[in-house]
Amino acid sequence: MNRYRKVLAGLIAAAGLSLFAATAKADPPAGAPASLKIAVVAFLSGPASGPFGIPARNAADVWIEKINREGGIGGIKVIPVFTDEAGPADKVVTEFRRLALEEKVAAVVGYISSANCLAVAPVADELKELTVFGDCGTARVFEEGKHAYVFRTNAHTVIDSLGAARYLLAMKPDVKTIAGINQDYAWGRDSWEIFQRSMRQLKPGVQVVDVLWPKIFAGDYSTEISKLLVEKPDVVFTSFWGSDLVTFSRQAKARGLVEQSIVLVNNTGSDIKDIPATVLIGSRGPGPIAPPDVEKDPLHQEFIQLYKAKYGLAPNNYIAHGAYHFTQALQGLKVAYESAIKKAGRWPTTEEVAAALAYSTFDSPAGIIQMAIGNGHQAIEPAPFAVIKQDPAIGAHVFTEIRSFPAACVNPPDGMKSLDWIDRGFPGAKC
Amino acid sequence: MGGSLRFIPFLLLGLALITAPFVLSGWVLFLLTVAGAKALAVLGVVLLLRAKLLTFGHALYYAAGAYAAGLGVKYLGLHNGFALIGLAFVAGLGVSALLGLLVIRYRGVYFALLNLAFSMVLYGILLKFYSVTGGTDGLAFPAPTFGPIGLSEASLRAQLYELTLFLGSLLFYLTYRFFASPAGYVLVAIRDNEVRVAYMGISVNAAVYLGYIIAGGLAGVAGVLVGLSVGHITPDLAFWSQSGEFVFVAILGGVGSVFAPVVGSVLFEFVRNYAFELSPYTWQMTLGAALLLIIFFLPGGVWSLVGLTRTRSGP
Amino acid sequence: MRLLLVVLLDGLAYAAWLFLVSAGLTFTYGVLRVLNLAHGNLYALGAYLGATLLLHYAASGSEIAATLGLLLLAAVIIGILAGPLIERVFLRRVYSRDEEVQLLLTFAISLILEDVTKLIWGVTPVVADMPYTSFGSVRLGGISYPWYPFLLVGVALGLAGFLWFVVTHTRLGKVLAAVIADREVSATLGIHVPRVYTFAFTAGAILAALGGALTAPMFSLVPGIGADVLVISFAVIAIGGLGSIGGAAVGSVVVGLARSAAVYFFPELDLFTIYLIMTLVLLFRPQGLFGEIEIRRI
Repeated sequence: MNRYRKVLAGLIAAAGLSLFAATAKADPPAGAPASLKIAVVAFLSGPASGPFGIPARNAADVWIEKINREGGIGGIKVIPVFTDEAGPADKVVTEFRRLALEEKVAAVVGYISSANCLAVAPVADELKELTVFGDCGTARVFEEGKHAYVFRTNAHTVIDSLGAARYLLAMKPDVKTIAGINQDYAWGRDSWEIFQRSMRQLKPGVQVVDVLWPKIFAGDYSTEISKLLVEKPDVVFTSFWGSDLVTFSRQAKARGLVEQSIVLVNNTGSDIKDIPATVLIGSRGPGPIAPPDVEKDPLHQEFIQLYKAKYGLAPNNYIAHGAYHFTQALQGLKVAYESAIKKAGRWPTTEEVAAALAYSTFDSPAGIIQMAIGNGHQAIEPAPFAVIKQDPAIGAHVFTEIRSFPAACVNPPDGMKSLDWIDRGFPGAKC
Repeated sequence: MGGSLRFIPFLLLGLALITAPFVLSGWVLFLLTVAGAKALAVLGVVLLLRAKLLTFGHALYYAAGAYAAGLGVKYLGLHNGFALIGLAFVAGLGVSALLGLLVIRYRGVYFALLNLAFSMVLYGILLKFYSVTGGTDGLAFPAPTFGPIGLSEASLRAQLYELTLFLGSLLFYLTYRFFASPAGYVLVAIRDNEVRVAYMGISVNAAVYLGYIIAGGLAGVAGVLVGLSVGHITPDLAFWSQSGEFVFVAILGGVGSVFAPVVGSVLFEFVRNYAFELSPYTWQMTLGAALLLIIFFLPGGVWSLVGLTRTRSGP
Repeated sequence: MRLLLVVLLDGLAYAAWLFLVSAGLTFTYGVLRVLNLAHGNLYALGAYLGATLLLHYAASGSEIAATLGLLLLAAVIIGILAGPLIERVFLRRVYSRDEEVQLLLTFAISLILEDVTKLIWGVTPVVADMPYTSFGSVRLGGISYPWYPFLLVGVALGLAGFLWFVVTHTRLGKVLAAVIADREVSATLGIHVPRVYTFAFTAGAILAALGGALTAPMFSLVPGIGADVLVISFAVIAIGGLGSIGGAAVGSVVVGLARSAAVYFFPELDLFTIYLIMTLVLLFRPQGLFGEIEIRRI
């Protein structure tokens, strides 16, 4: 009995010491809440959940665990509130209001659909709720209005299609004819518009032989592929993602379209194991496609290891770009909070955190992120592109011939609208 | 004793509803506003169900109203809330007047699915004409003004709530009067036996057409009210699942009374928010199971539990 | 000229697909006078199960017979599991009630099946396109076509022929015709009508699932494919006339060719072709091309 009591006492002492050590390490600033609730909103159901939503949610999960292991934000533990983004706009807005008014979360991170970002932005301002958009692409958010409480820590969609144009010209400078096949919805239309305008600027005289607009999630592209086979363009540009990208690229491969024309995809919106080799592809910002400087970034390596440990990864370590974007948002918030705490000497107000986040620069698993445009609320990133190839050593698809176009090359300058910038010939771009 | 005392519960309820913005939390108020607005569209579905006409495409007029107002903001620079509502109402009436000419010739399955097909055509149009409608990105509704009546000091949320409450009550009351009018009773007679109504010398098509247009107008107003509250509209407003939702709420609430849609709508809105959060993968299954339960065990909907309806086919 | 050939080929391939997915819906309506709103979900279940069977049992490069056999098996399994269950447990109880109630019932079933599909197969796309890629291709009109869609044309023709034969030359066909014409008189003649109904609904379910299973190799499967198919199927059979298999065949060909032409010459109309045709047909012939005018009984 005696020995048991000694061991017990020893254990209690050890526990007490570690508790003391833990609290001694934390030392939160004055006025800090007991915990920091952050809502994480992504598509947990529906067609965008597989390629974007669930990887994003998982990424946020492991990254928040990491942040908490290292002491939390400003010494305060982060508690994620995972929410499904699915549903029509009224449901999404209702849910946002609930998170802000009932759950009283300190910040909302998320939203993959551009429509939801546009719907939520004015509500965030109304409720003064700090919101960091997770993945949505539309440039309209900060080009058509100012939002004091809304930020986006990943680049917007211009880099997808402009980067595609630049990469294409780097790989095939003598391209003469292009065709486009895009899902008939806002992002498909935006992508094509940006790509074709960029191409006309960068290579005047290039001819558009066809533009096809199948319904999103149409599933079968036999007729469209037949038409493209007949027309024989040099390049087929597409902004397909998810199951549409998988279906289209496999059908195209089966019918020889991939051999006949260069297939150029402006986003890695699906697991690349399903996309055939020799397809040119890009990622909205470094992440899945990692140029050397990002590859070496310790946060990048750490993120891959953490994700792999908890959720498993294919041999090529591919993680969707949406997942990287959510970690960027969390990193941006963490750095902003800590900078605001330092400046104020106590727990900061929402406005102080927003001020710290604007025009800030911070490191993330996707490399260095600069909040450089949109009044400091919109990040710019370089645009990496690559060719898909089968790697026999690991038996999976990998990216080769990676080229990354610097952020200053593929993002418009602060205060200028994207389409204007393109139409004027990219003034101020540094490539 | 009966007479005037009967109205006291209604007065108390009315008082509670009017003063809600000062008592309820912001989020609950928002939910009530949206649920109340949608109840108008559900009322349209109920109206048609009184003539045994089931439509799976009523979201068409809901979206038409919302987008008419949205385009009014975008192209005409309209900011006055009343003007936007008027525009939406006219749009709902107009589109239903046009499509009604074809649709009212049908009954049963054809009626249900023709409406569905047309609503999907509108969905396609809203999606496709990207430069006009914003496609899937949708249109925004900036905060509306309310002209001479608007209380510029009160918060926008409270204003929108009161607007929905008063306008909704007015439209519900007018529909109630319609149900109790000869034209309204003709619809019920058509449900019972359409051929006999024709033999009585009443134009069946005219009666159905009138009902259809009214239902369209109601849905149009619902669309703009939801748009104003949410602040953003997308083509999903026209999608078949939105129509399905209206049908579900109509059945849930019951078709026996004018007030049933409100009860059904509020119930649905609240349950949806909590259930969806709990389990997004079984939400539709829950709806389906609930619908089956209602079909087999509670055909009169939730309203029949309240027992306030006196006759099966009364208003 | 070559372009027209390509338009024709693509149109026929699409028409075959339309017929395969809508035959079940019109058949069920024809016999039971019920429009099964869960049709799209049965299609999806057939597709998912077909894909699963292919992934498990068909190595890349299997012969045609084995592949088709597996897909047919998937369809039969779904049909036999879902058909009698839905018809006997749920649908049977509402035959005496209004058509609208029957629609609501099948709508409820469709909501449930939608989530059941998600729960079993998840939301990540399922791809099982080995037949599409490995059956080889043929050069027609100057471009390369995979064999698979033309295989489906063959299957569609075969199915149409089979159904026609059953309806006109077998006793079963006569029984079905009797029940369609007059249910009560059929019952007095000794036909076990409830059994016929269960059989017909199950057959319709198998056809729906078969449409899905045969389509599975052509694209990746995600939640929601059932709903699209339901609307398209309805448009096709509305054009052809509800309840008419021949009408569904004609409607499929018309819509298939029109859509193909739209993609080539008016790409922006792609989305609307089917509804435009439906509206035009119904404006001038409300019962569809081969439909019967319903006689309302007082």
